[in-house]
Amino acid sequence: MRLTCPHCGERDLREFAARGSAVVLSRPSAGASAEEWADYLHIRDNPAGEARDLFYHTPCGLWIEVTRSTITHAVIAARPVREAKP
Amino acid sequence: MAELIARTPAHADLPQPVEIGRTRIAEVVLGPVTWIAPFDGQEKAVTAALRAAAGVAFPKPGQVTRKGSVRALSVGPGQALLIGATVTPDGAATTDQSAAWCALSLSGEDACAVLARLTPLDLRPSAFALHRTARTMVGHMTASLTRTSENTYEIIVFRSMAHTLVHDLTRAMRHVAVRAAL
Amino acid sequence: MRLEGRGQIDRDHPVRFTFDGRVIDAFRGDTVASALMANDIRVVGRSFKYHRPRGLYSAGSDEPNALVTTGRGRDALPNVRATMQEVWEGLDVTSQNRWPSLTRDVGAINDLFSPFLAAGFYYKTFMWPRAFWERVYEPLIRRAAGLGRLSGEAARDASEKAFAHCDVLVIGSGPAGLMAALTAARAGADVILAEEDSHMGGRLLSETDTIGGLSGPQWVGSVLNELTALPNVRVMERTTVTGAYDQGTYGALERVSLHRPPGRAPRECFWRIAATRTILAAGALERGVAFPGNDRPGVMLASALRTYVNRWGVAPGQSAVVWGNTDTAHRTARDLASAGIHVAAVIDARADATTTGDWPFYPGGEVLSTQGRLGLKGLQVRHGRREFTVWTDCLAVSGGWNPSVHLASHIGSRPVWRDDIQAFVAGPEPVPGMDVAGAANGIFDTAGCLADGLRAGNVAVQAIGLETHSPDLPDAEATPYAITPLWEVEGKGRAWLDLQNDVTTKDVRLAAQENFRSPEHMKRYTTQGMSPDQGKGSNVTALAVLAAATGATVAATGTTTYRPPFVPVTISAMGAGAKGKGFAPERFTPAHAAAVELGAPMIEAGLWYRPSFFPLSGERVWRESCDREVRMVRESVGVTEVSTLGKIEVMGPDAGTFLDVVYTNTMSSLAVGKVRYGLMLREDGHVMDDGTVARLSEDRFVLTTTTAAAAEVMRHLDFVAQGLRPGLNLRTVSVTEQWAQFAVAGPRSEALVRSILDDPAAGVLPFMGCTEASISGTGVRVFRISFSGEKGYEIAIPSDRGEALWRLLLAHARMLGGGPYGLEALNVLRIEKGFLTHAEMNGRSTAFDLGLQGMMSAKKDFIGKALAARPGLLGETREQLVGLRPVGAARMLTAGAYLFGEGAAATREAQQGFTTSVAWSPTLDTFLGLAFLVNGRARHGERLRMVDHMRNVEALVEVGPPCAFDPDGGRMRG
Repeated sequence: MRLTCPHCGERDLREFAARGSAVVLSRPSAGASAEEWADYLHIRDNPAGEARDLFYHTPCGLWIEVTRSTITHAVIAARPVREAKP
Repeated sequence: MAELIARTPAHADLPQPVEIGRTRIAEVVLGPVTWIAPFDGQEKAVTAALRAAAGVAFPKPGQVTRKGSVRALSVGPGQALLIGATVTPDGAATTDQSAAWCALSLSGEDACAVLARLTPLDLRPSAFALHRTARTMVGHMTASLTRTSENTYEIIVFRSMAHTLVHDLTRAMRHVAVRAAL
Repeated sequence: MRLEGRGQIDRDHPVRFTFDGRVIDAFRGDTVASALMANDIRVVGRSFKYHRPRGLYSAGSDEPNALVTTGRGRDALPNVRATMQEVWEGLDVTSQNRWPSLTRDVGAINDLFSPFLAAGFYYKTFMWPRAFWERVYEPLIRRAAGLGRLSGEAARDASEKAFAHCDVLVIGSGPAGLMAALTAARAGADVILAEEDSHMGGRLLSETDTIGGLSGPQWVGSVLNELTALPNVRVMERTTVTGAYDQGTYGALERVSLHRPPGRAPRECFWRIAATRTILAAGALERGVAFPGNDRPGVMLASALRTYVNRWGVAPGQSAVVWGNTDTAHRTARDLASAGIHVAAVIDARADATTTGDWPFYPGGEVLSTQGRLGLKGLQVRHGRREFTVWTDCLAVSGGWNPSVHLASHIGSRPVWRDDIQAFVAGPEPVPGMDVAGAANGIFDTAGCLADGLRAGNVAVQAIGLETHSPDLPDAEATPYAITPLWEVEGKGRAWLDLQNDVTTKDVRLAAQENFRSPEHMKRYTTQGMSPDQGKGSNVTALAVLAAATGATVAATGTTTYRPPFVPVTISAMGAGAKGKGFAPERFTPAHAAAVELGAPMIEAGLWYRPSFFPLSGERVWRESCDREVRMVRESVGVTEVSTLGKIEVMGPDAGTFLDVVYTNTMSSLAVGKVRYGLMLREDGHVMDDGTVARLSEDRFVLTTTTAAAAEVMRHLDFVAQGLRPGLNLRTVSVTEQWAQFAVAGPRSEALVRSILDDPAAGVLPFMGCTEASISGTGVRVFRISFSGEKGYEIAIPSDRGEALWRLLLAHARMLGGGPYGLEALNVLRIEKGFLTHAEMNGRSTAFDLGLQGMMSAKKDFIGKALAARPGLLGETREQLVGLRPVGAARMLTAGAYLFGEGAAATREAQQGFTTSVAWSPTLDTFLGLAFLVNGRARHGERLRMVDHMRNVEALVEVGPPCAFDPDGGRMRG
């Protein structure tokens, strides 16, 4: 698998660490309900199709949000989490 | 007053250059190294300050800016290592990293073949031209890799990993040398 | 036997090797298989299950029978295909799965029991008693069945791994592959041409056709001359592409030096190739026919026989029968006749076929069975209504061709059936960026393959944005392909499908009968295709037999899933370079060599190495050194290196606000020149790490992390800064490597620190203060912090002067009656104080569990705050940190032991907690332990049983607070 780091360019998967769904970018605000926290931390969709996942490009320290297809494994987009909209 | 003698990172593992087959590795003494990361909205001001003080611009991703013996290496999003001069421009986070890195040069006709045993980076000139730099992996180590001439690469890893870098490189150099002799 | 005047072997260079101890004469260019054939050795292996004698069946990596072991001891390689192994002087080859010898094998008795050993036999027979599964049945079955054996010795780490990148990867170098590579190369693309064989050319090396007026090998040579002269082409022979992965990544196994006497060269190289475009020109594999007795040595694929005759100048006997369902049969007969081999018969399954040769010809005929014991002697043939025997040493059989679609099917695409060629081909762009060309694409004439290679080459060239420069197509053979289905001949006796796993047509029918009707179920039930060759030659035939048994078409039956690797890959190639020093980086601290000089044994801490203790002469066991070092710190002064702690600088106008998010306590209020202990939680409310935060200036903080969590914390800070608080203006950077750091601890620590600072007054720091100072003109950072409970400092100096400072500190410490201390003493000191490490911050513990709930600020949000307060993470049901001391006759405590009520049984259900860290405290003259205990804070004074079932240790302990020494901290602050 190859991913494109927006800073470094296309790289082999071994340079990245995976962290699962990009849902974790949408952190509930202080005072959110227990249900909101449970959804945020534990409840995950398992889509057949487009998914947004987080990867860390270990050599450069950039967190990226990768949009990819869980069916074809095609990588559709990759952008820094700084620019990702929750 | 006792004198505190400074040691280079590879002084024990690579006291002098090693040549195997058609490749050679040698320690590069970087001199002063400053890590520089402009704060939000300060990129232009920092470039101006760097130009004024050291003659180099803040490097774009993958770029090395150079003036004489001073270079600035892109080492991450909005981050650079200024090597060969000490400048701490206003508007940037800076910190001294002069002792943090072990730098080796790998040179020779087979240098690219040796590196291809250690790094997943695309080393073809079309992807990694002269004076380009990349943050990548060398063996299991994160590293900065810079192409400093047609057949020379500079490899920068954590200081503490000097021993492993020398080990990994010499193993690959031996393999490439024996293959060339087959 | 060797055929004079034929083949591409080098007859000027004889090579001798041994097969089962027998010296075999061969020539350079031979494989073990061709050399065995030249020496009339017909039985080359025994089958997996029934120990049937087996001979050479193919001439390539699809060989099911001729698996051998090369080398001995730690250099032994089992299951090497004799058809792929090139000979070299002194090569040591042994046959497999036989005792005492290939021709007299005791295990062959299994064959007599074959009526009882059908598919599923093991599952049905060895069911009970259950206790026999592992102890009796498995060893028994394993001994009886099997292929090569491992030597049991650790293999040499003699291989390597490498990466390659290209615009166009061409897999296979037959006519299609060569033409594709040439087309792409002339257009200027970076091309990698990978060929499994020792020589480029594919079938062109084995056939007698001409191309553009040249012989096959000559034409191949001319193309190679051009390709190898181009700087943008890398030609890789002996390289099997083993797997296709996402985004144009391919795995490939190169046999670097397995064709030569062992030397210093890598044996194999495992390549990861990243290609923009790929052309799969891997050709096609001929398939046999399942008929009774078809595993007799002497029965082989027609294409393989032509390869042996034309490429290596060898033949399996004086006469041969050829049987097929395409023109392949006639081509084979012509080649045999021209090599001087008697063609005893040509049998063509096509009733309307004609022949041009002068040999007995049976259109519409078939072979019913074979005769012979260790080798083929005769065939029973049916032609029309007539049945008769043909005496022959060899049967060349061809049931058609299966395009090699394996790599096209590795990431999910299913092959599709084509009736006109009776074979599966790949669908359109089966792998993103991949094109299939030539025989792999179902084109079986040379001219067609050349044209298809050119087409695929141009498609790739255009896809990468280059201009096409098509080479001219040379004239070549262009016979149309006509085939009639020929899968099996039913009759008395076993008809074999998977020769490697001893699967017969009867097994497949039994699977269908027992309702294992899908290909995947049939495969698991019969083991069809589960052997090292993965059913290369037999799977499609087995599917046809299954289709017939279930009444479905082959198209509707479909295939099983194709998975990497295409050929077996040695673990030593995949893990090359990863043994010993190559396993993980070794991180050495600046003062490492100086500690080793003092005789300190090193202990691994993550990737780092740290001194465990510094033995003095006369000390016999580690405890003596450790106890002395602990007393030294408590009584005078000790020095230890803590460079391995993670150090992270956080800078910028919003640095304090940011730290308030990641730490439970407030950091923004920290005064410049002060240090604060900090706790970080994961978002799920559990503790991630602890450490100190020092504020060096208004907008510069330096954090420490534990050695183990440094990388995780850095990643976490990056995540919070980039993903959760992108609006904050701050920068983070690891400075772990820049600063060597030393802890100086003990009542005389201040004296020591003052004695080495250029300005001794800088050493007068309040507890939890920090400052910048200098030593011999070098700038240092001084922190007044303690992990020992004694008055303590940590001094950070640029790493290049770390060793020098260590030596200076030791020299001054010794003058004050102190010296170095290691990780063991450091651990004892912190256990006496109840300080934490990752034995306590174990990923399951919360701030509440650790007694640090007071550090969770109520005034602000921070990572982990909401979840740390959820029901279940607070209260008396939690296991809380406590201290333990032995109070009974047994005085020893162990870490990892369980706690039970004083009279309670030591059972899982009665478990109330467990010990995390223990140490002998020379200060208090007792063992001390830290433990998690249910509702522990309310149980100080209670007595419990500590039981370590693993080490068989038990003790009566008393519960107390975690801190056992100087609970008010007067010494530390002092």
